[in-house]
Amino acid sequence: MKFGILVNEGPFQHQASDSAYLFAKAALEKGHEIYRVFFYYDGVNNANKLSEPQADDRDLVKLWSALAEEYKVDLVVCVAAALRRGIKDDILAPGFRISGLGQLIESGIQADRQITFGD
Amino acid sequence: MLLHTVNKSPFERNSLESCLRVAEDGAGVLLIEDGVYAAMDNTQVSDLIKKRMGNVKFYVLGPDVDARGLGNQSMIDGVESVDYAGFVDLVEKHSATQAWV
Amino acid sequence: MEEEWDEGGPEVVKRFMYVNRKAPYGTVYALEMLEKVLIAAAFEQDVHVVFMDDGVYQLKKEQETKAINMKNFSPTFRALEGYDVEKLYVEKESLEARGLTVDDLVVPVEVLSSEELKGLMDKQEVILTA
Repeated sequence: MKFGILVNEGPFQHQASDSAYLFAKAALEKGHEIYRVFFYYDGVNNANKLSEPQADDRDLVKLWSALAEEYKVDLVVCVAAALRRGIKDDILAPGFRISGLGQLIESGIQADRQITFGD
Repeated sequence: MLLHTVNKSPFERNSLESCLRVAEDGAGVLLIEDGVYAAMDNTQVSDLIKKRMGNVKFYVLGPDVDARGLGNQSMIDGVESVDYAGFVDLVEKHSATQAWV
Repeated sequence: MEEEWDEGGPEVVKRFMYVNRKAPYGTVYALEMLEKVLIAAAFEQDVHVVFMDDGVYQLKKEQETKAINMKNFSPTFRALEGYDVEKLYVEKESLEARGLTVDDLVVPVEVLSSEELKGLMDKQEVILTA
């Protein structure tokens, strides 16, 4: 089955993006496909390669990139939400791309199930 | 039938209450993150779930329960614990998912 | 917009429901939700917009936001009709709990009881909440 995932919160304020990551990983390990993960609101901070969590903390930015590399997951950051927060192409972690909100709607149309993680 | 996910503590927000107001009989409700506190028995809000037990199916995300030190607390009878793989199965088997964020 | 279709309309039309449960201004959720509604309309999907809980406050008439440095986005709800977004619903229980009536709202809406809302929600294929 194809899943679309919407992530509305950043990695340092709320559990939502961890929940989304663990859900995506579990789905992929069960043989499902993630059609797209769309990052909106503060969720765009998941794509910031300049973020440096402390050594004993998980590094969600790197975990997303690794997931994208291993499973070819499409990680899309909303352009309007990103620009407001200073997230631009040159600070995007590997595997992420910036695009329009239309990509979220397309995910809703193309995926068999669309699920939201947020606050 | 829909799967509803609730991630807010019932002591702080009305998300679960609102969710149950519009959840059809036969729907699934999965408690995640701070939503898991609603699954504990003998609290001021246990009745929220008990009143719909039997016509709505309640699930709780086990890793979130354990993380909050609730692994050995008594849960309301009939609430089923799932892991992330079980979460994926629930999303798959329901027609759509509504997140009460 | 890159998403617009050439002719003949979209290949797939799904039932999208947007559930607005947050008050405006205190947090950003309501404003960005409205952006999502407008984009879905551009994709010619079957869009349903529900206001419940504090979401009904988004529709309150006479919002004056100048003194708090925020853009008043409530007039945008009146423009939705121009984007063929005409299915606006307010949950009766939420409206009444806040001492409001449809006369307090900036746009005409259909008022549904939570019982009526149940049936409508269950038919949706994609539900986006904030």
